[in-house]
Amino acid sequence: MCTETTIAHIYQQHSRQVLATLIRLLNDFDLAEEALHDAFASALKQWPAEGMPENPTAWLVSTGRFKAIDKLRKFNREAALPPEIIELEAQEGNTDEPHLADDRLRLIFTCCHPSLSPEAATALTLREICDLSTEEIARAYLTKPATIAQRIVRAKRKIQTAGIPYEVPGKQALPERLPRVLQVVYLIFNEGYHTSGGAELLCQQLAEEAIRLGRLIAELLPEPEVLGLLALMLLQHSRRDARCDAQGDIVLLQDQNRQLWHQNLIAEALTLVPRTLVGRATGPYALQAAIAALHAQASSTEATDWQEIHGLYHVLYSRNPTPVVALNLAVAQAMAGETEQALTTMTQLAENQLTDYCPAHAARAELLLRLGHIREAAASYRRALQLSTQTPERRHLQKRLQECEEK
Amino acid sequence: MKYLCLVYSDEQDLHSLPDSPEDRECAAYAQSLVGSGHLLAGEALQSVNNATTVRVRGGEVHITDGPFAETKEQLAGFYMIDAKDLNEALRIAQGIPPARVGSIEVRPVRQLQVD
Repeated sequence: MCTETTIAHIYQQHSRQVLATLIRLLNDFDLAEEALHDAFASALKQWPAEGMPENPTAWLVSTGRFKAIDKLRKFNREAALPPEIIELEAQEGNTDEPHLADDRLRLIFTCCHPSLSPEAATALTLREICDLSTEEIARAYLTKPATIAQRIVRAKRKIQTAGIPYEVPGKQALPERLPRVLQVVYLIFNEGYHTSGGAELLCQQLAEEAIRLGRLIAELLPEPEVLGLLALMLLQHSRRDARCDAQGDIVLLQDQNRQLWHQNLIAEALTLVPRTLVGRATGPYALQAAIAALHAQASSTEATDWQEIHGLYHVLYSRNPTPVVALNLAVAQAMAGETEQALTTMTQLAENQLTDYCPAHAARAELLLRLGHIREAAASYRRALQLSTQTPERRHLQKRLQECEEK
Repeated sequence: MKYLCLVYSDEQDLHSLPDSPEDRECAAYAQSLVGSGHLLAGEALQSVNNATTVRVRGGEVHITDGPFAETKEQLAGFYMIDAKDLNEALRIAQGIPPARVGSIEVRPVRQLQVD
């Protein structure tokens, strides 16, 4: 018996797959989206009466393709048929299974093409691959739906006009193209984590969409860095319930109730981490995942292997010598016991490259407080407060500042 | 598809850095693109010191010295190419020797609407 519920379920499971294939067959995002909806509308009419076809995905693809060609024909009734339609009709729609899996990767690499800005790529990815509505995306990014809609329209236009191909890059181009895909996924994840400027610290939906994307890419393209990013996201997400207290205030890693960490996510990540460590070629996501894995396996801050974490940050810094990595390296160094050197580095960073970066001042303040330099710590908390835009973070810094002032 | 690859560079860097290309290398690359059937046209340009800008406003012609925009990176040359898609165009652009010291802007060509 095929009911509307069954079809809704198939939509949830397979609509992105069908869309990805229709985009390849029709070579047009908008046309493919309309075709997808027409195909499901037909399914709703036919399947309950005639029964479900043996291969619903293939049926939806071929119905969608047929509807789209039909639409193009009607639209062009007056004029001669343009060559695209003739070509489209002549092609056999290739709907073999291996092709279908490739289509999902094609869609990912097209939405995350480096010639699209990260903002455009994230909006397009959330719309086309995650099937979020423009309203949902706008809510997550605290912006107007019209802004998001325009971003998506422009990105699609660029794909068409600039000739961005619908393809998975070959082995040679993959190392250049994969980082942007991973960056987009991680941007979505982080937006879910620290919804910028907003009051809500955890916007779960985005983080979960990013993990779902990470799982999909890991299934289709199990490169070490893909697995590394997935492991990193799983490990960070495993702490989601411990990151805030009942009042919605931030709880730092060192003060978190580790009983609240989600062990199933940690276990999944720990199976991935060994597959990401490939000697000298180990990438930045894999290194960060390895660091997060050490935290996940420790029963407390004191029991954490800070020496190993410090060493991993060293490797990460040698690959990726940015001021933010330098800051994390200094934090690990302080925890590993080398507090004076760490403080010197932090002071230098907070006064120079990271002078407008809130976490640099917050981290320096923490260390100063630990070392008993109360007045200097208070000054650093004040500077961090000036720079912070998140309400929970501001409350946390305010509380710390108050502690300093009471001492 | 046709793409115009615009070569931009700080004119100082174009010839003075360790990675700066020599004319021989540029000529060889252009020749290889002719060989593969990708190059439609391409030239290197004289320095912007030798540029003259023309504007016509209300029928009046204004001629001024120098380039249109005062920027650090100047247009130093161009390649008009024929490529299958943007990915192929970007692969070709990556090989343009001055990409190592300047930047290559890849722009699809627009058909004029004349009917």
